[in-house]
Amino acid sequence: MLVLVEQSLNGLQFGLLLFLLAAGLTLVFGIMDFVNLAHGSLYMMGAYFAATFVAWTGSFVLGALLALGATLLLGMALEFIALRHLYGRDHLDQVLATFGLILFFNDAVRLIWGPAGLALPLPAWLTVPVQIIPGVYYPAYRLSIIVAALAVAALLYVVVMRTRLGMLIRAGASNREMIGALGINIKLLFTLVFGLGAALAGLAGLMQAPILTVQIGMGENILILAFVIIVIGGIGSIRGAFLAAIFVGMIDTLGRAFLPDLLRKVLSGAAASTAAPALSSMLIYLLMAIVLVVRPEGLFPAARR
Amino acid sequence: MKTAFWLAGATVLALAQPAVAGDTIKIGFVSTFSGPTAVIGNDMRNSFELALDHLGRKMGGKPVEVIYEDDGQKPDVGKQKTEKLVQSDKVDFIAGYIWSNVLLASLKTAVDSQTFLISANAGPSQLAGELCSPYVFSTSWQNDQTPQAMGVYMNQKGVKSVFLIGPNYAAGKDMLAGVKSTFKGEVVGEEYTVWPSQLDFSAELTKAKNSKAESIFVFYPGAAGVQFLNQYAQAGIKAQIPLYTAFTVDELSLPLQKDNAIGIPGAQEWVNDLPNAENKKFVEDYRKKYPGLRPTYYGAQAYDAAQLINSAVIAVKGDTSKKDAMKAEMEKANFKSLRGPFKYGNNHIPIQNFYLQDVVKDADGQLSLKTVATIVKDDQDRFHDKCPMK
Repeated sequence: MLVLVEQSLNGLQFGLLLFLLAAGLTLVFGIMDFVNLAHGSLYMMGAYFAATFVAWTGSFVLGALLALGATLLLGMALEFIALRHLYGRDHLDQVLATFGLILFFNDAVRLIWGPAGLALPLPAWLTVPVQIIPGVYYPAYRLSIIVAALAVAALLYVVVMRTRLGMLIRAGASNREMIGALGINIKLLFTLVFGLGAALAGLAGLMQAPILTVQIGMGENILILAFVIIVIGGIGSIRGAFLAAIFVGMIDTLGRAFLPDLLRKVLSGAAASTAAPALSSMLIYLLMAIVLVVRPEGLFPAARR
Repeated sequence: MKTAFWLAGATVLALAQPAVAGDTIKIGFVSTFSGPTAVIGNDMRNSFELALDHLGRKMGGKPVEVIYEDDGQKPDVGKQKTEKLVQSDKVDFIAGYIWSNVLLASLKTAVDSQTFLISANAGPSQLAGELCSPYVFSTSWQNDQTPQAMGVYMNQKGVKSVFLIGPNYAAGKDMLAGVKSTFKGEVVGEEYTVWPSQLDFSAELTKAKNSKAESIFVFYPGAAGVQFLNQYAQAGIKAQIPLYTAFTVDELSLPLQKDNAIGIPGAQEWVNDLPNAENKKFVEDYRKKYPGLRPTYYGAQAYDAAQLINSAVIAVKGDTSKKDAMKAEMEKANFKSLRGPFKYGNNHIPIQNFYLQDVVKDADGQLSLKTVATIVKDDQDRFHDKCPMK
């Protein structure tokens, strides 16, 4: 039972991390109707910025905040210089251009930081396990990811649903021309939204960095999961991204945790231990396929259009 | 302007002129030079280049040409690159190969064309057993050997039970099978993770912790080893359950693993401080030629591969058409390996010692690897009986 609690926390933590990545993607995809394959590169840049700034300042929190600001600025600059010229094009052009950006970022990182990758060490107070309920110890850092991601989710909800900026974002999503005609600077709005998406990706990258390593191409595998999540959750829906991300994180982690033992009951030991990881990584895509058949618009589509 | 253009054109043509067959020794080198594991390929290339420097960039009096190809850590790409080297470059030797699955995909192409293939790292069990070939030699090990040595060490330490974790591909399965074959205690659990995409091991670590095993054994090469040790330390398991490893801590991962690697034992056939003269020269010259970098066992094996090829070319005085004579010479392992004692079994896999390595702070205050003990002497892999070559 305690194992289940701990594994569920693992799943929740992974899911929330995926949410941060997916939220930025769904904002940009759903509101600006723009396919950004380079979202994973912004995740990578967030991690590289954090590793650099933490080494400079010697403080994890300060370095992380600086990295967040740097990714925000990078995202806005990217939108201003390159991406805004692609809004009118069809999705295939956007895919090609942003795929080019992935290659650009990977090689830029190789030039600046070298091919070997970086380490982002944690401060001592985050490396100790915490007792959450009697008998269950959980890594403090993973716990802090859960807390931070939940806070960001709440903040995002308040900004989008309760503020003037959020109203403009939602209005821009439902009718771009009309909001422009009403005198709102839609270009600036989109630059801001893209920067926000970039900062969310950067936050995901810098929070994941101490668990993984900071390395070239780190955003590419995880980006696929983020796309799966926005498809399951409904494109453009932050609520959908939130719930779908937790689903996916749970299914992935609990699948890995319990599927091998279940399979061992029906298959031989060797066959089960080979099949289980393959099968558990398939579960997510299976879920996506089912959602696409039953509800092609996603589980929680944004109410609009 | 026009003259300059023609001159440039002529230079390009001159450079592109293929060397007349027989004038140079052509070696193809397949390794990973892009993506997160490119650091390993770079280390192998650096060491291979250093070996050529030490040989005066000649073998048997002929200049050497090396064509490096990037497999991107993908079996299909590795196979294509091997085909290109064999069919259009017509190389005399192919060396390299980090990954067992890439090597297994490329093997047939080399063997069918009777091109000598020197594996400088990958050692899948099939290669030592039923797929052994007169044209294939290894300067590394068979995958099972290193974890087998670790199993022996764990017996010496009196470890009673273990939880095994490794990646779900050819080498991962060999490694866990290897440790199981020598470890006398109980194997409480065995987990395979998706390779190379899975980087979060929280589910596996939680299972290991709750299995009440006395120890954990892992095999995670490259960056995955850094991630595993990070998460192992963060979960607080380092203080509770000791970790034993194969190919998880090396000179490339150590700068990223830092203190997380202290106290984590590993088994290895080569360690940078092995006391023979060739090895001292290798480590010294490597650090001189590539400032800021330190050689790894991957590099040492690539260096040995160059020496092995050199011995074969010298034996036939540069006439690489004499394949039987070259094979006979290579079987003698007539070169000074960086790891010291080195000879070949019937399946062309080395018979060699395995050492226990530990992480220590060296004179410069930097973390480095150190030989602590010899775990097994003259170890031969356990698949050589299955090889039809006698």
